Amino acid sequence: MSNSNAAMVEKYRNNFLKEVEANVEEGDWVKMCMQCGVCAGSCPLGNAWDHPPQEIFMMIRAGKREDVLTSDSMWMCTSCYNCIVRCPRELPITHIMHGLANYAHRLGIAPKMNPTRRFAKIFWDNVTKTGRANELKLSISLYFMDGIVAGIKQGLEMLPMGLDMLKTKRLDPMCLISHTGIKDTKGLHAMLKKAREIEDKRKGLAS
Amino acid sequence: MAKEYSFYPGCSSERKASAVNYMTSVESMCKTLDVKLNEIPDWNCCGASIGYAEGGELPRHSLNARNIALSEKNNPGQDIVATCAACWLGTKETHERLSKSDQLLADTKEALKEAGLDMDYKGEVNIRHMVEVLIEDFGYDELGKPVKKPLEGIKIAGYVGCQTNRPFGVDGESFENPKYLDKLVETMGAEPVEKYDQKVTCCGGALAFSEPEKSQNQIKKIIESAYDHGAEMIVTPCPVCQLNVEVYQGMINKKYGTKFKMPVTYYSQLMAVAYGHNAKESGLDGNIVRATQLEEIACK
Amino acid sequence: MADEKKLAAYICKGCGLGDRLDTPQLMTIAEREGKCQVVKEHDFLCSAEGVAMIRADIESDGVTHVAICACSRRAKVEAFNFNNVAVSRGNLREGVIWSQPDTEERREVTQEMADDYVRMACAEIKAMRVPEPNPNHGSNKRILIVGGGISGMTAALESAKAGYEVLLVEKTGVLGGWAAKLYKRVPDVEPFDGPVDTGIDALIDVVNGNSKISVHLNSTLSRTSGAPGQFSVDISQESGATITENIGAIIQASGSEVFDATKLDNLGYGKSPDVIDQVQLEELAKAANGGAIKRPSDGKEVTSVAFVQCAGQRNPFDDNMLDYCSGHCCNTAMKQAMYFKDANPEVDTNILYHDLRTPGNGEDFYRSAQQKGVTFTKGFVKDVVVNGSLNVNFKDAILDEVTSMEADLVVLATGQVPNSGVDIEAAAAPVEDEKGDEQTVAAKEEGVSVLNLTYRQGKDLPHLSHGFADSHFICFPYESRRTGIYPCGPVRRPMDISQAIEDATGAALKAIQAVENAELGRAAHPRSGDLSFPSFRKEGCTQCKRCTVECPFGAIDEDEERYPQFNEGRCRRCGTCMGACPVRVISFDNYSVETVGSQLKAVDVPDEFEEKPRVLVLACENDAYPALDMAGMNRREYSAFVRVIPVRCLGSVNTIWVSDAMNSGYDAVLLMGCKRGDEYQCHFVKGSEIAHTRMSKIGDTLEQLNLEAERVQTFEIAITDVDRVPQLIDEAVKMVDEIGMSPFKF
Repeated sequence: MSNSNAAMVEKYRNNFLKEVEANVEEGDWVKMCMQCGVCAGSCPLGNAWDHPPQEIFMMIRAGKREDVLTSDSMWMCTSCYNCIVRCPRELPITHIMHGLANYAHRLGIAPKMNPTRRFAKIFWDNVTKTGRANELKLSISLYFMDGIVAGIKQGLEMLPMGLDMLKTKRLDPMCLISHTGIKDTKGLHAMLKKAREIEDKRKGLAS
Repeated sequence: MAKEYSFYPGCSSERKASAVNYMTSVESMCKTLDVKLNEIPDWNCCGASIGYAEGGELPRHSLNARNIALSEKNNPGQDIVATCAACWLGTKETHERLSKSDQLLADTKEALKEAGLDMDYKGEVNIRHMVEVLIEDFGYDELGKPVKKPLEGIKIAGYVGCQTNRPFGVDGESFENPKYLDKLVETMGAEPVEKYDQKVTCCGGALAFSEPEKSQNQIKKIIESAYDHGAEMIVTPCPVCQLNVEVYQGMINKKYGTKFKMPVTYYSQLMAVAYGHNAKESGLDGNIVRATQLEEIACK
Repeated sequence: MADEKKLAAYICKGCGLGDRLDTPQLMTIAEREGKCQVVKEHDFLCSAEGVAMIRADIESDGVTHVAICACSRRAKVEAFNFNNVAVSRGNLREGVIWSQPDTEERREVTQEMADDYVRMACAEIKAMRVPEPNPNHGSNKRILIVGGGISGMTAALESAKAGYEVLLVEKTGVLGGWAAKLYKRVPDVEPFDGPVDTGIDALIDVVNGNSKISVHLNSTLSRTSGAPGQFSVDISQESGATITENIGAIIQASGSEVFDATKLDNLGYGKSPDVIDQVQLEELAKAANGGAIKRPSDGKEVTSVAFVQCAGQRNPFDDNMLDYCSGHCCNTAMKQAMYFKDANPEVDTNILYHDLRTPGNGEDFYRSAQQKGVTFTKGFVKDVVVNGSLNVNFKDAILDEVTSMEADLVVLATGQVPNSGVDIEAAAAPVEDEKGDEQTVAAKEEGVSVLNLTYRQGKDLPHLSHGFADSHFICFPYESRRTGIYPCGPVRRPMDISQAIEDATGAALKAIQAVENAELGRAAHPRSGDLSFPSFRKEGCTQCKRCTVECPFGAIDEDEERYPQFNEGRCRRCGTCMGACPVRVISFDNYSVETVGSQLKAVDVPDEFEEKPRVLVLACENDAYPALDMAGMNRREYSAFVRVIPVRCLGSVNTIWVSDAMNSGYDAVLLMGCKRGDEYQCHFVKGSEIAHTRMSKIGDTLEQLNLEAERVQTFEIAITDVDRVPQLIDEAVKMVDEIGMSPFKF
């Protein structure tokens, strides 16, 4: 992964904007930001961002590659799309934030311990394994991602909620052993593998 | 004659999943409205709002494209209808992107081939949320006709949330103050809380898991405002909204000393009850915070 | 004709007047007190039938003076428009029944108000003469354009297209001005996405080819005198010859200069040839002609360029810098960045801005610049350090950090300085000051007069602000304070080509309005079509010069005997001269010390035991009077003890009216005029200002009369002060209640 990063640094040397335009989902739009700041004011977790979107766009133009890609900020996106609908320049900000997070993650330089990054990975693995989400396994892997002790502690905290869900038949303990998923998992996995291959080729990422 | 749609239920609607009661009430509602939902066979997860991080672009679009391809193959000519906001948004987004980029379409087709599928992408079918079907294909007048037990006297805050509202929106309504839930509530004979000012506030979505504190802060605002404006119940069109706003009430009460006990229901539950279905058929047994007012009407 | 006066009064009973008022009593008053020979009432005076009745009296009964006692003078203007008679209006509707409650207890005072307004309307016509056109009018309709840039050429062409002869004077040897120096211009047509041809060569050809336009190159104005319709100008030519021409109106399109960038040495100007201004970049672009732009120092192709916006502009803290935004420079910088990008997309172009201001269709242009990869950095440039390379040090306002960028070329956006000639106010004032000042003033007056007016008040147009020549940027664009002379383009306010073209068209229309009105001997504007003009009784004049000094429009010169010489054609008919005259010898046919004085004296002032005070309001007819009318329309009630007389401008208020009012037993006088000062709204620019100054000195007079100073108050009223005006009236009545009635009631 870090090889990819080094390769990208080499390839785009002084032009992070170009790198973003080429490799980041909807990255073409970054240059169109006019710095009004409406996105920052519209984000539900705005306060939690070290760098609000318009600042990230400016940092990209200023070539602050490291600061952007290792930032926690994009990982604060809740995908509420408020920034998109309010942006007077109609930048697909949510998607750009997703794209930057994904790109940093793929290069292996996204913040290691960021909980959303870790959850996102667990989620993807969970849903692609059988083709459908296994909510119980998902929660459990999430609680135990910091080890057994932390997991039990978290689990205990969440226990009343779990029980509520069980009581109302919205959680199935049997899912731990017998979640069914889709029939054609083989086809699905092949498809995703191919898709990843093509994407990596297009973006020049070593897979 | 029954209206037919290609149906994409999504993971949370599965048996014993978090939105199983949504599914139950949708089935009852559709029975009354004579809507036939043809489930897309072997559908897969849409990738949800968090799938981007590991999934990237093409794998994520492939997931949704697979569902579209399966729908084309098995339910040709039918609009795809989703009940889950994220499923709808993810599928619609892919659908839109594929229509705009030949490159992406070609790449997606190449990946789909691995799953033995092809896409005859013509962009004829629409990707729709269930509430769009209700509003556009029926209309409020039509939806009001089968009401047997008007939900009289219940004050309900329409919590629209994010993903049925943005970026695509429903029925061309304003992103800042969409009214469709209020209108549905009114159609069912209940009283909409029109001044509910957090109706499009984000509940935190998937970050309820990874950033619980920040999300619970959002959820607190959403519930508090409902109380402040006199709501006795919240209604929502989204499984994530429903889950987040309902299940964390206990934790929020513990942490902030609040006394939240606000039922959070789906629009389809209101409709099922108003259409005369019983509590079980309306999925009311699935509500952690019991919607007692609905239960009472359902039992009448 | 003045001796054959026949007065008529008409009382309207429509709009509820007949129900609320005792109209037979009003008729009696008009007849007995008003001395009207004809007195009639009508159920609906503004109807065709009512108007026909009046018309018939004028035509067959010889009525010369008409008092219409009905609604406000601002209502039914079309219906009550009669030629060749003097007309006054008694405001019984807005001013009486609409501002008074319909109650039994107010019936008496309401009727008293109406009685007085009828008395006043009759008194006014009695003092009026039927106005006739200015006999000294000129009828030359040729339009002189000063300046052959895009503004001047556009004005010339627009005037010619409307059928007027044009004389265009340009001081340089070529037409085209700044626009001709540009490589390309900011786009004015869809899709606004890139620089376009200036079109200036084609425009020059059209101007040169137009038979109605004669062009004088290498020429300047060495003398300008006269008035609309009859200007006379001396044109000095390169050869040294001078020709004299007669002109109807003048459009001053003398444009702007570029700010002197040598004042910006902190930005590297003068330290490196690679730090240039926007004009110099146009030269480089012209030389490159679509190819790579090369930097001046060594001819190397530019690979990175920094545009520093607001260089020496928008800086109110330093007198050497410009206070204002020149408006075009953001679009210009984007255009220039595109010169580079269109030639080679790899060139790094960075625009450092405080606030991006993109008038016109600049937002589309801005978007296009971003699309082309121009980088926009919001930041404040501290300095440009020159040592081998150019380093631009700036504070990034988004990233909140002090940082630096290296560039091959730095382009400073330096802004426009108006070429408006001598600052006559600065030149006139400090003669009595210390000697040091005198010199600078003299130097200023020396160099650069554009018009060389022979006017008493100075050689050029008065400035509005920052040296721009105008009278009001928003309300009266082009209407400078010299009637018949219309500035347009960047001499009027900072602007770009598109705006200058629009501006020139507007100024051409104003010039046409002026010459057409002049031919008929009427006022040009804002009282367009007004026939009255000021005249003075020479035998009473003391040659005090107040009228010549105070006229806001420089209309009054002095003749050889030092008497005022009214140039009626230049006059705006505001009456400021009339207000200024201490011996009251200046008057208009239909507006004089007498017409207002007799009105205020016609009011029946009850004695002090009746406990009915009287408050006189002299209200400017432009803003305060309409505000009062609107208060009536909104049925906003106010005291019935007030009597309102509209005046043309507060500047026309002669202090004799105030002392007459006091002597007649009024308890208070309120003067209501427009906003004055830098942000003035006075329709005659200085009238309200002058009135305030005069009234500040009236305290002595009051003291002599042993009256309290608060009995005379002056207010600035906006047309929107619909609620405030009644409040002020009520407060004045309350004040009288507190300090007691005037002792001058007889």
